[in-house]
Amino acid sequence: MKISRIVLLAAAVAISVPAAAVAQSKKSAKNAQVKRGEYLVNSVGCHDCHTPMKMGANGPEPDMTRMLSGHPQDMQVPPAPASSGPWVIHAAPLTAWSGPWGLSFAANLTPDPETGVLRDFTEQQFIQAIRTGKHQGQGRPILPPMPWPAFKNMTDADLKAIFAYLRQIPPIKNKVPDPVLAGAQ
Amino acid sequence: MDEATRPAQSDIRKRRTGRWGAMIGVALAVAFLGGAALARKPVSKSPPELLHETGLYADVERHQIDPQHLEFSPQYPLWSDGAVKRRWISLPARAAIDGSNPDVWVFPVGTRFWKEFSFGGRRIETRYMERQGDGTWRYATYAWNEDQTEARLVSEKGRPKAFDFGGGRSHFIPSIDDCKSCHRGHPAEVLGFGTLQLSPARDPNAIHGEPMPAPGVDLGYLVENKLLKRLPRALLKKPPVIDGATPAERAVLGYLHGNCSHCHNDAGSMRNLGFSLQHVQRPARNRAERAIATAVGQPVRGHVPGQAPDAKLRIEPGQPERSVLLRRMSSRNPLVQMPPVGTVVPDDEAIRLVAQWIRDLESPVPSAEASGKSAQTK
Repeated sequence: MKISRIVLLAAAVAISVPAAAVAQSKKSAKNAQVKRGEYLVNSVGCHDCHTPMKMGANGPEPDMTRMLSGHPQDMQVPPAPASSGPWVIHAAPLTAWSGPWGLSFAANLTPDPETGVLRDFTEQQFIQAIRTGKHQGQGRPILPPMPWPAFKNMTDADLKAIFAYLRQIPPIKNKVPDPVLAGAQ
Repeated sequence: MDEATRPAQSDIRKRRTGRWGAMIGVALAVAFLGGAALARKPVSKSPPELLHETGLYADVERHQIDPQHLEFSPQYPLWSDGAVKRRWISLPARAAIDGSNPDVWVFPVGTRFWKEFSFGGRRIETRYMERQGDGTWRYATYAWNEDQTEARLVSEKGRPKAFDFGGGRSHFIPSIDDCKSCHRGHPAEVLGFGTLQLSPARDPNAIHGEPMPAPGVDLGYLVENKLLKRLPRALLKKPPVIDGATPAERAVLGYLHGNCSHCHNDAGSMRNLGFSLQHVQRPARNRAERAIATAVGQPVRGHVPGQAPDAKLRIEPGQPERSVLLRRMSSRNPLVQMPPVGTVVPDDEAIRLVAQWIRDLESPVPSAEASGKSAQTK
């Protein structure tokens, strides 16, 4: 082997090894972020409303085949009973909520390109949406019972982790019904 | 002292130079560290409880404004349910706005803005912005008392029913989140005080246009008084004017700039929508007004609750009733309305003029943005 070839080979190795290390490091950081996001989503109760329930041996449990896909599009809900006394909020069956604001449905958080509510969100808009309680951080109000006033206290790093996790879960096509404001029901 | 023990002149010079050097070094270090600390130091920790403590007034009970502050009026005012508004800016002594990017002015630390809202001849609220030492803006709102002698800080959550419009509608003093959701849609955060809004070539047909208050704060005034620096000279020689095909189109595009471009612009967090209603000073592609290029004949993205199946374009030439932009600005359903905050009463005059402009747009329009000015009025 000529010396020039040896030099070239050494140079190629010298360049490619650090580049591969950097790429590996970035991939590892991304994985850690996604894992953190999964941990948070599983801990702060996102599934309670955004994953439809099914009846199991021990009662209602999240139907993980429809994970975080929101209120099922084929589930029609009758008008909620009138509020009386201390009963002001009704849920059916945790993906549809009725209260003084009207009727709201849990959104499809999966990355489905047609029906996922976050499909046009940037990471910055997701953070702003949680901080301000407004769609894409600047638009229409996010309706109750979405607990954004509590989640707004999360750090940017945690909200970014949740967003990163939600971007890579399995997409599920499910067109959630439009909300109905009080007075229009 | 003999020659042997006397220090050489060169040594003395060196020592003196060394001492001076050390002193200058220490002085520079102190100045640098002090300056850095000053730059980081917030102007103050929290908003004052009372409006007059922000420094707006020379005499609050007589509503006499401190003459150091400048009253101004943007040529395309934001619709605020018919409120009569007054606005003031205050810059720190010897400080100036950096206008080198004419679409995103940079305001010096310590800049203050006030905007007073009156309904029915009574002051209801005054909003306040102040640039902090760390570069962020602080927002606060103050509600006026019954006697109109003072305004007190409102909770960060805002205050409903601040003024009754009748028909179940009332003025809502915005929450700080509301303030941020709008102001932070544009990199400058300051809305209504920029190159187009302060152009000396004011639009005589501006919708809800206001007379310019003394002393006549516009681009020329700011530059002459060294309050605005590094503004491109071309903008002084040829003041910015919206390139409308007709005076009516100029007024409509100005209205959209003043009411919608806070969020719908190419520089802020909503830029991924590809929908800008901002008049930009930097040469745009093909010199097209961005509102024409990104709205006329362009399909809506996403889905609005209750969206009619026949409403598919942001603006459909000749078809105001099918144009989503007009539908949303006509609505006050909180899930549909535009703007999404700050108004509960539709702007009937603007709706009429925008509808007429859409009706007059020729059809069909080239859909590609690259086609330049994609619509012409008849």
